[in-house]
Amino acid sequence: MSDATALDYGFFSFASKDEVLEKSKEYWNPGKTSFWSEAGVPLVIDRREEYFIYDVSGKRLIDVHLNGGTYNLGHRNPEMVQAITVAMQHFDMGNHHFPSLARTALAEALIKSAPANLTKVIYGSGGGEAIDIAIKTARHTTQKRKILSIIKAYHGHTGLAVGTGDDRFSKLFLSDQPEDFPHVPFNDLEAMDEALKGRDIAAVIMETIPATYGFPLPNPGYLEAVKTLCEKYDALYIADEVQTGLMRTGEMWGITKHGIEPDILVTGKGISGGMYPIAAVLVSERCAGWLTEDGFGHISTFGGAELGCIAALKALEVCGRPETRSMVHYISDFIGKGLQQIQATYPDWFIGIRQNGVVMGLEFAHPQGAKFVMKRLYENGVWAIFSTLDPRVLQYKPGILVKPELAEELLDRTEVGIAKALADVRALDRKSR
Amino acid sequence: MVETMFEMPLEPAGVPRGRAMLERADWAARAFASYDSATVQRIVEAAAAAGAARAHEFAEWAVRETGYGVAEHKLIKNLACSTGIAERYRASDYIDVVIDSDSKIVSVPRPAGVVLALTPSTNPVATVYFKILLALLTRNAVVISPHPYAKQVCAEAARTMAAAAVAAGAPDGCIQVVDEPSIPLINALMTDTRTDVILATGGSPMVRAAYRSGNPAIGVGPGNVPVLVDSSADITAAAQRIVESKAFDNSILCTNESVLIVEESAAAALITALTRAGAHVLTDDERDKVRDLVFPEGHFDPQWVGKDATVIASAAGVRVNPRTKILVAPFDLVVPEEPLAHEKLCPVLGLVRVPTAARGIDAAAAVLRIAGQGHSAAIHSTNPQTIMAFSAAVRVLRVAVNVGNSLGSSGLETNLAPSMTIGTGFFGRSAVGENLEPKHLINWTRVAYNSDASVRMADMSGINPWRVPQGAVPAYPRASNEDQTITAHTPVSVRADGPPDELRDEIRRLIIEELNAIVRG
Ligand SMILES: Cc1ncc(COP(=O)(O)O)c(C=O)c1O
Repeated sequence: MSDATALDYGFFSFASKDEVLEKSKEYWNPGKTSFWSEAGVPLVIDRREEYFIYDVSGKRLIDVHLNGGTYNLGHRNPEMVQAITVAMQHFDMGNHHFPSLARTALAEALIKSAPANLTKVIYGSGGGEAIDIAIKTARHTTQKRKILSIIKAYHGHTGLAVGTGDDRFSKLFLSDQPEDFPHVPFNDLEAMDEALKGRDIAAVIMETIPATYGFPLPNPGYLEAVKTLCEKYDALYIADEVQTGLMRTGEMWGITKHGIEPDILVTGKGISGGMYPIAAVLVSERCAGWLTEDGFGHISTFGGAELGCIAALKALEVCGRPETRSMVHYISDFIGKGLQQIQATYPDWFIGIRQNGVVMGLEFAHPQGAKFVMKRLYENGVWAIFSTLDPRVLQYKPGILVKPELAEELLDRTEVGIAKALADVRALDRKSR
Repeated sequence: MVETMFEMPLEPAGVPRGRAMLERADWAARAFASYDSATVQRIVEAAAAAGAARAHEFAEWAVRETGYGVAEHKLIKNLACSTGIAERYRASDYIDVVIDSDSKIVSVPRPAGVVLALTPSTNPVATVYFKILLALLTRNAVVISPHPYAKQVCAEAARTMAAAAVAAGAPDGCIQVVDEPSIPLINALMTDTRTDVILATGGSPMVRAAYRSGNPAIGVGPGNVPVLVDSSADITAAAQRIVESKAFDNSILCTNESVLIVEESAAAALITALTRAGAHVLTDDERDKVRDLVFPEGHFDPQWVGKDATVIASAAGVRVNPRTKILVAPFDLVVPEEPLAHEKLCPVLGLVRVPTAARGIDAAAAVLRIAGQGHSAAIHSTNPQTIMAFSAAVRVLRVAVNVGNSLGSSGLETNLAPSMTIGTGFFGRSAVGENLEPKHLINWTRVAYNSDASVRMADMSGINPWRVPQGAVPAYPRASNEDQTITAHTPVSVRADGPPDELRDEIRRLIIEELNAIVRG
């Protein structure tokens, strides 16, 4: 960089961070840009490596947001970088119409990693598209339209996926389709039974642990019972493993911890290795019919781009190593116990830990509690995001390759951030009284 | 680097896997470092018993896989390095805090962390067992990188101990083994900052690389063992011991005798006794044939490592009695250009006659100038002056007296620490000059009080900083709203004082059976 304050990256340059923020509002997204500044997280990410991201000011943050597992393996994981760099000597995105080397290799690897009933893979370029594919597949297979999801579900914002979620995001675009997308409360089996028993539901779509809702944990037996209800009422079970897959729960796919063989399994985010967008839908033989009937049924130029497939193959390999699995168990044990200790210090403020592996939601005793904590953690060098659909809960998602030293440092910083946020909330309370 | 169709080389797949092993070992080592001594004791006994139970099978497998050595001798080593090591260190304590109220110093043992253990093809399973047990005794995690010639048996041996250790409560991943060792992988492991100490047993280039790695390393150099027999020695006993030692595992221990130096006045009697003990003393003509075979162009041909004496004789065109255990090759002068003065990992023993014991000491020093500094030497003598003069002159760190050197300097038939790793110290450009033992894998935190008498030392007796692990380590990640009292992975419970009775009896029976077989065989 030429002068100390200028942000000159060769590809583009800005005079200062302020200029970036100004132009971001002017040309990109004023709403989002202002939101983060006001929330106390004025982050413009510059350098990134391991589990660290750096603001353009140089401030270092430990990333426990990971974009929902996208950076499972860390930022610019050297194995990922090497795989893609080498692959670029030979491959590009490929032609999506033809059978391809990389798509075939990845499909085989995915199927081998997954519950035995899943036999074929369909690619998308992102999670939302993959969810749309899952929904279309379910509709084709059952010849029914309705997709049942839970209230406050989040499965992405593409045309069909958005229907499964909170209507905040569909009404805005006049895209709410309440007829086709009924919702039931999470962990409520009676409501589930009620909704399914008309036998007009094509599929239930379920995140194994609903992330954007703050990781409320399924009651023991809940998912299993939902699966049984699906079978009873001839609905398919779509497991959204976009955030819970890829070893985050200590097994490759979170759903297998419940002994469930879903009819359709969706993966995204982490499968990209954080380097090249790709998502995939794994379907059972019963659901794979349209791939024979009309193989051009779903067309996506970027879906299953070959460079993405190579990234995904590498990401899947790293996630599936026995060493990785063991480490996730260590990390989950260590951070879980550390958080319990912090909780014991602030029991009236830090009121709950929802944890399954390194999927964690921290619950605070204030309707907007996680926003306070997020801000103080940011100041103290940790980036964790509040749950959009339940801002009491902080999403806390450590990587699956976190080293012991980093886990210790993370807990130190977290303790201080939580304490400071408590002081903030108390000060507010005093003012309002 | 792997050749692919791409211009840019890809790292061999094993390299990232190896790094992942170190990462996992790092977690395991941290967990292990706070274990209490009773639990560790139980883990060590369980791993040792599991190793002993398959000692015979692995001895034969090692001979099959590497093509050298003697299975029944390997069995002895495998037992010595499993239950033998557990037994030897049962009373030792590398875990509990030591309080010295006189010096007002409390010492807290601290494990190294992640041990990278490179193991040789010559003592494959024994060294794997040995290094694993040393690591377990000291609460270290260990990653084994076996010699490629013995990779299969070593991997299975390591996994056998690992499974038993984890079942007895050891942290998951505290024992790992590389399946496909390669030079790039070993380099990556040696230079990785997660490696806390390297235990390098093997060839010199590998040992030097370990020292260059930037990580703490305990490496050992090669041996080239001179053995002096003076006129005061019990000649018959000396001959028997030397033949047995040279024949042991067909000379593939680095402690095997290389050059026998005999005082002229005892030479004739010794040669007769050697022959009676199973040696074939070569004529000059036969010696030349064997030398040309074993040292073509003057360099040792590794295809003869650990081969039977009769196989070597017949390949050289020398007729010997089929029960011949070793070949003795007389030569005149210990100088570098004499191939027979170099290390021979096969049952060929050089023989040099000297006019006096003093000249014998010079010859022994000459053997060590060629190779083997810091390693070991042997002497058969009853003269304390000679033994002392010999010991103070030869540049080695262990001198075995009136015992075969193979098992003498490795501590199996002396009271040195029984070891598959012989520290060659400063003479041999190594960090450790003793036989490797558990104490080399820990440091001590010294808690030192103000020495002024007015500052009182607090009573720390009874304070134990270590903890008994509760359940599997790490705990299986169950959802936090599940009933955590039901542990999914309950460790097999083993009694604190060793493996369960039935298992112990079974092992004892197996060992006795195997030993009987040796005696009969
Ligand atoms: C569970 C889940 N499913 C699907 C998606 C949609 O993925 P994408 O943003 O790649 O379209 C997300 C994104 O946050 C998600 O969390």
